[in-house]
Amino acid sequence: MRTLTLPLSERDVLSLHAGDTALLSGTIYTARDCAHKRIFELLDADMVPPFPLKGAFIYYAGPCPAPAGKACGSCGPTTSARMNPYAPRLLSLGLGGIIGKGEMSEEVRRALVKNKAVYFAAIGGAGAIYGNAIRKSELVAFPELLSEAVYRLEVENFPLVVAMDCYGNSVYKK
Amino acid sequence: MRILDTQVISECVYRLARRAGVTLTDSCRLALMKARDTEEGAARFALDAVLQNEEVARREQMPVCQDTGMAVVLIELGQEVSLRGKLLSDAVDEGVKRAYEEGLFRKSICDPLTRANTGDNTPAHLHVDIVTGDRVKITFLPKGFGSENMSRLSMLTPAEGREGILNAIVEAVRLAGSRPCPPVVVGVGIGGSFDSCTLLAKKALTRELSSSHPRADVAAIEEEALARINGLGIGAQGFGGRVTALKVLCEIAPTHIAGLPVAVNMQCHCVRCEKEVL
Repeated sequence: MRTLTLPLSERDVLSLHAGDTALLSGTIYTARDCAHKRIFELLDADMVPPFPLKGAFIYYAGPCPAPAGKACGSCGPTTSARMNPYAPRLLSLGLGGIIGKGEMSEEVRRALVKNKAVYFAAIGGAGAIYGNAIRKSELVAFPELLSEAVYRLEVENFPLVVAMDCYGNSVYKK
Repeated sequence: MRILDTQVISECVYRLARRAGVTLTDSCRLALMKARDTEEGAARFALDAVLQNEEVARREQMPVCQDTGMAVVLIELGQEVSLRGKLLSDAVDEGVKRAYEEGLFRKSICDPLTRANTGDNTPAHLHVDIVTGDRVKITFLPKGFGSENMSRLSMLTPAEGREGILNAIVEAVRLAGSRPCPPVVVGVGIGGSFDSCTLLAKKALTRELSSSHPRADVAAIEEEALARINGLGIGAQGFGGRVTALKVLCEIAPTHIAGLPVAVNMQCHCVRCEKEVL
């Protein structure tokens, strides 16, 4: 099991292979369907996205409300395939990687290779574990989207599997 | 005639929803433990995390999965019960609203066009069957949409028969791949009409994973479909493995002489389903 801290260096990314397990710590940003749509509207209007994309990791997730004394409620991954239309452009703008669950498209695979980025799978249906691994959560943009808003999360030891690496390999069966 | 205030139903829905959000069913937990022991590599890693998560969720009363679902409420209402008080659907929604707020569950229901969130996870998807007697049975199934999105309806022809049914079930799981959070539970409706067939599939998901259909020919379809699905090799989370489905559950109903509807309602490995009889 690898231990990784964000931001990942190029050496980190090159050392990751599909199927590897890792514990990831650092800053990530949540965004799912609606937030992506809004980020694209900003990009299309030549406006700045709600967080710097360069080297950033997006977590496809929408958390449960935080209980007293915790930074976040349950917060596992959502199905990544719904973000297939968005991921390649964000990767071309420097996005460091993605955390989600399930297979992504051929276009995403090519974009990961081209931009030397990585797609990690979190374990779907393990929301309580991920929620407890979040140390800090801060609303960044689109509060009206409620759980679908963009949150900046400080995470510690997120258990992940390398789903698609920068060499074009995938953990998923063809 | 038994008189029942719908407030009692509202409180029951609240209890069931609170419990369901933070607990897997016993038969689901057992099936996951069995699956974990047969897998290795990334699939084993995933199932270990899922089982550890289940413990944490139960202990800390945290939602097992952040997708606390669309609130599916199935009520079997004895026809000797006379309801008083609020409209039944309003009473159900009240229980859902309070449970999702107080349980710190995610509110996941929105307008399909504007995508504006209703803010309290209502309306529930309520279905009522009138049955004999003076009891009220309430089943609460929080339905996540990662799996719901992978569900399918096939309007087969009678000529396609049993083999067609098996193909429709296995093909739905194959096309879903890693997306519905395998190992899945496959709810199948066979027969009925375009709409009632899908409800059969949903009702099938409320059965215990340890159960078999009482009709031998239907139970045989459940077993054969499961064996074929587990031959696909998708495995937990799509990481590859022997267990792609924990169980296939079928329900049947008479259909038209011209048709053979088959509905497949996909359920992720987080089977959360609570029941109570009032």
